[in-house]
Amino acid sequence: MSQSDIFIVLIAMIGGAIRVSTPFMFVALGECVTEKSGRINLGLEGNLVLGAMVAYAGSYTTGSPWIGVLMAGFSGLVLGAMHGYICKLPKVNDIAVGIAFMSFGTGLAFFFGKPYIQPTAPRLEAIPLGGWSSDPSIAQALQVNPLFFVGIVLALFLSWALANTRWGLIVRMTGDSAASARAMGVSVDLVRLLATAAGGSLAGVGGAFLSLFYPGSWNEGLSSGQGLMAVALVIFARWDPLRCVLAALLFGAAGAIGPALQSIGVSQGYYFFNAAPYILTLFIMIASARSKSAAREAPGELSIVK
Amino acid sequence: MNLAAPSPAAALPLRAPSLATAGMTKIFGPLVALDDVSIEVESGSFHALLGENGAGKSTLVKCIMGFYNADRGAVLLDGLEAEVRSPRDARALGIGMVYQQFTLVPCLTAAENLVISRADAAAIIDWKTEMPRLEAFMDRMPFRVRLNELVSSLSAGEKQKLEILKLLYLEQRFLILDEPTSVLTPGEADEVLGLLGEMARRGEVTVLMISHKFREVKAFCDSFTVLRRGRLTGSGDAQAASVEEMSRMMIGDTEIRERAERRKHNDTRTVLDLAGLCAVDGEGRPVINAVNLKVRAGEIVGIAGVSGNGQSALVEVLAGQKPLTDGAIFIHDKPFEPKRGDFDRFKVFGLPEEPLKNATVPRMSVAENIAFRSYDKPPIASLGWWLSPGPMRRKAEKLIERYRVKTTSPDSPIEALSGGNVQRAVLARELSGDVDVLIVANPCFGLDFASVAEIRSQIMEQRNRGAAVLLVSEDLDEILELSDRVAVMSGGTISYVSPIEDTDRNTIGQHMAGH
Repeated sequence: MSQSDIFIVLIAMIGGAIRVSTPFMFVALGECVTEKSGRINLGLEGNLVLGAMVAYAGSYTTGSPWIGVLMAGFSGLVLGAMHGYICKLPKVNDIAVGIAFMSFGTGLAFFFGKPYIQPTAPRLEAIPLGGWSSDPSIAQALQVNPLFFVGIVLALFLSWALANTRWGLIVRMTGDSAASARAMGVSVDLVRLLATAAGGSLAGVGGAFLSLFYPGSWNEGLSSGQGLMAVALVIFARWDPLRCVLAALLFGAAGAIGPALQSIGVSQGYYFFNAAPYILTLFIMIASARSKSAAREAPGELSIVK
Repeated sequence: MNLAAPSPAAALPLRAPSLATAGMTKIFGPLVALDDVSIEVESGSFHALLGENGAGKSTLVKCIMGFYNADRGAVLLDGLEAEVRSPRDARALGIGMVYQQFTLVPCLTAAENLVISRADAAAIIDWKTEMPRLEAFMDRMPFRVRLNELVSSLSAGEKQKLEILKLLYLEQRFLILDEPTSVLTPGEADEVLGLLGEMARRGEVTVLMISHKFREVKAFCDSFTVLRRGRLTGSGDAQAASVEEMSRMMIGDTEIRERAERRKHNDTRTVLDLAGLCAVDGEGRPVINAVNLKVRAGEIVGIAGVSGNGQSALVEVLAGQKPLTDGAIFIHDKPFEPKRGDFDRFKVFGLPEEPLKNATVPRMSVAENIAFRSYDKPPIASLGWWLSPGPMRRKAEKLIERYRVKTTSPDSPIEALSGGNVQRAVLARELSGDVDVLIVANPCFGLDFASVAEIRSQIMEQRNRGAAVLLVSEDLDEILELSDRVAVMSGGTISYVSPIEDTDRNTIGQHMAGH
């Protein structure tokens, strides 16, 4: 492998990381908010797929991809709020409800999405940041979608808000000690309902990125479990929004290994490299299950921690 | 009190209030938890509320805090009747309480905990202005806690201090502390109590402290009230009263119930030998520390102690629920591992506390629960694994009749039984065979009078048959009634051992209180 090949692979991986990471980032940030409040929403895969379908349909019918993004966020909000509402009923397990919502969300998306598989909807425009280079592969890699920056700004905002606003402290308090929150007159169920709804809407926006930018079309195999992996990623990121971004980039880069190697002609083990994010998820789960500091930083009210 | 022109100190909002209760009465069903209790805590005093477990101390403070609404009686704050219907009212009146469990949020820093506890916390917290304010507040306080530290990484002593600081931060000047030193080391306890005492003397706070440690009461408090079985049995100047007087008020002079008949044994060989047992809790702090104790055949050794001094950990260790970090258990001079095989081989049986939780599977049937010791042996099992329900049921029926367990059928889930009947079913399982060692923890807790007598006579019968019995109990009467020897557990270790005829209630009581 020559030096330029390594360069090409690296550029492709960076480009891939930026491109592939965005949905991970949104789902992970959404899940981070939800889990900070002490609840797990495993159903974000459903929000992601439904968001992708709604965004595509919205963009196709209105002609504006950004309206599609908003509609996707709204669909996620509704799903999240439903999850939050059901979980506050007595003796309801949030993990079981989450799995039900995963099927529910994807099922809804497949049912209403059938007519939108064929037509082409207007897609989100990328910002070409690679204009300075004459190298087409760099220019190609640095076609960055605005949603990527929205995600990063959102992570910065969440990280700030969790430490510097009353709301942030209340969410963390609810997630760590429901008893203390109740003692201070905070409605634990309401906080969790809002956090789950907010998290769900972020996952919906993540779905919009899938159908409107990369891969950029609506079909039923679009997500292939990214929503679930993002949930795992939150544990890896130890419930820190900024680390969620880094972890999403890492997952994105891992997902780009296969195509990047193929672009320089290495096609051996293509499927193996495509499986990289999944293998990474598995190892991360094992490693973080053994990590004591992860256990310490986990919100105390999560049903997996208790 | 001088009610003339308001002194400058009284004009300050920080003045410590006085508090009194008048004829406080609280009744829970058949139980009179508080019977006409009137206490008086003067402004700026450090007042101790003494009493044994279940004496009504917690009920009294919960009535003051508005958790319970008293059936009769009133709370007087600075001489005026105060309406306290909920903890929120208490908070508005400046009455704050530090509970035995911490109410701080572990994942927030000390500063965040303080700020969020305020009802009027700003929507966006400007830490640049908030931190100097908190620092200034800390400077006025007698003790400090590192503001930027996560609460989860603070030590128990620092958490306790922060709990107190939180009350002061919220301008609460009447502090109720519920056994504040139970989680502290003696050094930390002295520091916190000493500083609070100084604040009280300066008239900044009034403190009402629940305690049963005489040492702390003598060292830091200036007045005290004693409750016993829901009644006020004494009050006075903590410095003038002697420990003997206070412990008599606390424990009383009740006559001991007639002892069950006991047979004299001449056999004095040691059966159960605990050699330097050590164990730690979930956070790695020692809960029992070098426990040494020998129990002979045909003897009941009673372990007395204030709850939380390691007794439950000791029972858990002996039952195999908690691993030993050091030390060894011997039975008949052979090493004993608390595992099913050894329990069977050495004929070790047990009645743990809360039997429904610790000794049964609540949703399995009475018959199955009774078979736990014998399901893998004939006649219930063939070849060690094939279980026949017929013999299991017949055995259960026999034992249910013999031990008078009241159940609709051997097949009903054991959780449907009353507390006394669960205990009897467990007794039936544990005592129906040949018993060499019996480990019993609070066997009569929460049971009615008849069951108590019956269960105690069963324990005595095992002793008379020659079993070595270790009885852990928080009920001193029970220990005095049953034991041949008394050991006192305090701070995770056995601090005192004496034959029953050479000791008395007050001596035991003082050792229990760490003397």
